[in-house]
Amino acid sequence: MLATKRLLSALALTLIGTTAAQAADEVVVYSSRIDELIKPVFDAYTKKTGVSVKFITDKEAPLMQRIKAEGANATADLLLTVDAGNLWQAEQMGILQPFTSPVIDANIPSQYRASSHAWTGLSLRARTIVYSTERVKPSELTTYEALAGKEWEGRLCLRTSKKVYNQSLTATLIETHGAEKTEEILKGWVKNLSTDVFSDDTALLEAINAGQCDVGIVNTYYYGRLHQQKPDLKVKLFWPNQADRGVHINLSGIGLTQHAPHPEAAKKLVEWMTTPEAQSIFADVNQEFPANPKVEPSKEVAAWGKFKADTLPVEVAGKRQAEAIRMMDRAGWN
Amino acid sequence: MAHPAQRRWYPLVFAIAALVLLPLSVLLLSWQSIDQQIWSHLWDTQMPRLLGNTLTLILGVGTGVTLLGVSLAWLTSLCEFPGRRWLDWALMLPFAIPAYVLAFVFVGLLDFAGPVQTLMREWFGSGLRLPRVRSTGGVILVLVLVFYPYVYLLARSAFLAQGKGLMEAARVLGQSPWQAFWRVALPMARPAIGAGVALALMETLADFGAVSVFNFDTFTTAIYKTWYGFFSLSSAAQLASLLLLAVMLVLYGERRARGANRASNERPRVKALYTLRGFKAVAASGWCFLVFACAFVIPVLQLVVWFWQRGRFDLDERYAGLIVHTLYLGGLAALVTVCVALLLAFARRLAPTRPIRAGVGLANLGYALPGSVLAVSIMLAFSYLDRELVIPLSTWLGGAGKPLLLGSLSALLLAYLVRFLAVAYGPLESSLARIRPSLPEAARSLGVSGPRLFFKVYLPLLLPGTLSAALLVFVDVLKEMPATLLMRPFGWDTLAVRIFEMTSEGEWARAALPALTLVLVGLLPVIGLIRRSAHRNS
Repeated sequence: MLATKRLLSALALTLIGTTAAQAADEVVVYSSRIDELIKPVFDAYTKKTGVSVKFITDKEAPLMQRIKAEGANATADLLLTVDAGNLWQAEQMGILQPFTSPVIDANIPSQYRASSHAWTGLSLRARTIVYSTERVKPSELTTYEALAGKEWEGRLCLRTSKKVYNQSLTATLIETHGAEKTEEILKGWVKNLSTDVFSDDTALLEAINAGQCDVGIVNTYYYGRLHQQKPDLKVKLFWPNQADRGVHINLSGIGLTQHAPHPEAAKKLVEWMTTPEAQSIFADVNQEFPANPKVEPSKEVAAWGKFKADTLPVEVAGKRQAEAIRMMDRAGWN
Repeated sequence: MAHPAQRRWYPLVFAIAALVLLPLSVLLLSWQSIDQQIWSHLWDTQMPRLLGNTLTLILGVGTGVTLLGVSLAWLTSLCEFPGRRWLDWALMLPFAIPAYVLAFVFVGLLDFAGPVQTLMREWFGSGLRLPRVRSTGGVILVLVLVFYPYVYLLARSAFLAQGKGLMEAARVLGQSPWQAFWRVALPMARPAIGAGVALALMETLADFGAVSVFNFDTFTTAIYKTWYGFFSLSSAAQLASLLLLAVMLVLYGERRARGANRASNERPRVKALYTLRGFKAVAASGWCFLVFACAFVIPVLQLVVWFWQRGRFDLDERYAGLIVHTLYLGGLAALVTVCVALLLAFARRLAPTRPIRAGVGLANLGYALPGSVLAVSIMLAFSYLDRELVIPLSTWLGGAGKPLLLGSLSALLLAYLVRFLAVAYGPLESSLARIRPSLPEAARSLGVSGPRLFFKVYLPLLLPGTLSAALLVFVDVLKEMPATLLMRPFGWDTLAVRIFEMTSEGEWARAALPALTLVLVGLLPVIGLIRRSAHRNS
């Protein structure tokens, strides 16, 4: 009997090929931030502590589904995503495990964390206005809302509404102005479009540079990357809504999974990621703003100037995401 | 009533069908609850436009691949004109380019801010503009250029297999080349052309990568939006099962249209039937070269330029790993998939009972689903198996009681199997059909049976078809993205994964490095495919 059992398990092992043997001093991360933006941080952690960090990258929705499907047999300790909307959804799906940590509370301001402590932001990105330095004077610009005005007819470029960044921006508009006024603003934007919406922010910046349109809305790091490649870019950043609520902020953040196999090691990693040492690497590889206010952004990012940021808790983006998508559809924003 | 020998095939075929049915049943289970808010929203604001777009795309791509595939196959297989010898195989090369890569190359090259329009503005001022590339016409053009090789490959072998007797008979009876084409060659090649168009349309319906570069909304993009935006996987699965229903109708129609037509098995031609001269020869060369240039030369050149500008700085020692993983996965998946498809093809031939035919039909459905939806269904099915089967079994055996399927290499290979079984099955079935039953019967009467019959009689005859099947699966696995992303074991990044990471950040130029490597790696098997199909008629 025992021999049969052994034989069977040997056979099973060959069929399965790899086995998921897990070492004690490791942390497993599912990430929708891509390899080159996270590996430097994890490598630094491994070098410092000896704890190895394994990760796979994919879009957030499939990763969340995988965590949910694995349930109690989880392999992932941490879920790292971009956009607060995604983190909020993960929280709603019940795949995150809230935990409080004095280190995180001290390092990250509360509007960049879940009120339930299910996740914390690590880096910030501003979704702001960009304009052509050839055809627009910065004095003509004021707010996001003003881009719906008649003077911008045929001059505006937008990215697709299918991107979560635009959904989050719309969600905060709804939170600020209410549904009716926001829908009017969206309709105004769509009416002002100079061409079909783009599938990514970089293409939008290139379009402004080439003269296809005059203004647009992008995440700052796309501008940073393109500017690095093309220093003579005829496009500049503008910080809108400085007289009222400030620039729309979103984040990239991390949460502990419900059934994390190495919860203690994972919490330590998250805590470390909020410290100045990690914050600089994490934000600087992608020209983002560190979520820890005590950490200075990189020199390139600092050169864009200081601005007033919206203090609305970012989890609003998640709460109003579905509403925002429906509204964007109604407004004809593809 | 099935013969007992036939019934021996049942467990095997049903087990394979069950494997494919497992993820499909996940889709059906999604209908347990319906999210009315999402459905009424989709219905009110999205559906008419999405269905209109999808229908336009299907009609446009269907017409386009038929025109391109058939005209090119006709020219290269029956006519002689300058350049025919190399264009004959060169026209297959675009098969190595993934649709999403051609899409981002075309948009990058031809959009307003791209190099072509920028040059035009510099030379001629801003008055002169190209038609918008990010438009319905643009999407159709790109998809036609990536998917026409399916029709070309199948139509070409059909034309070649028609032999010289028939066309010469048509000529003797006073038919002009055109009349002979319309009345003899085309009707006889119709099953092959139909099969090619069906493959191209299934790819079109399931495509997400290319259409999202154009931001062209189709039924499939709505599936993704419902999942990624509304986070309603069940509504997305419901939409996907509707898409599957549409695909089943297309396939059924294709099978019906194929009817009783059988490819004939004449002696092949040695010489070209029509030698083109003068204007006709120039037009034929020009047309073939134009297609080859647009579908292959220009995109590859653009990738090389981007690689030089940006991609080369990313080249590091990790690339070796990416290439090895890509090849390893493609090779293993091709092996597994072809073996299983062979079993199915034999079952279908030796035991053509109704249950077997149904089982084989079901096993071939995986190809039609959008990749991510299939990937997540497979993942859900595997995690269910892990929970209900693997963990109890492993605990009973004294093991660790850990899930073994999800996140393992074998799970990924099974996912590829489910997705690409149909790709391998097609060529195998048709090459098996070409072996007359009298041949194995004669072998049997000479006392050859069992494994010897397979290795001595069937295998040598099936080898060409088997190779085609393996190469098709291999190239498809190289290009596959969603299942690889979701189910790869830790550390198993492939070239397609790298392309995803770059394009998801809008870094087109940097995606050129993995894309170019993928095209180069995929070219070798495609060239193998061409050499093999060229051998047959020499």
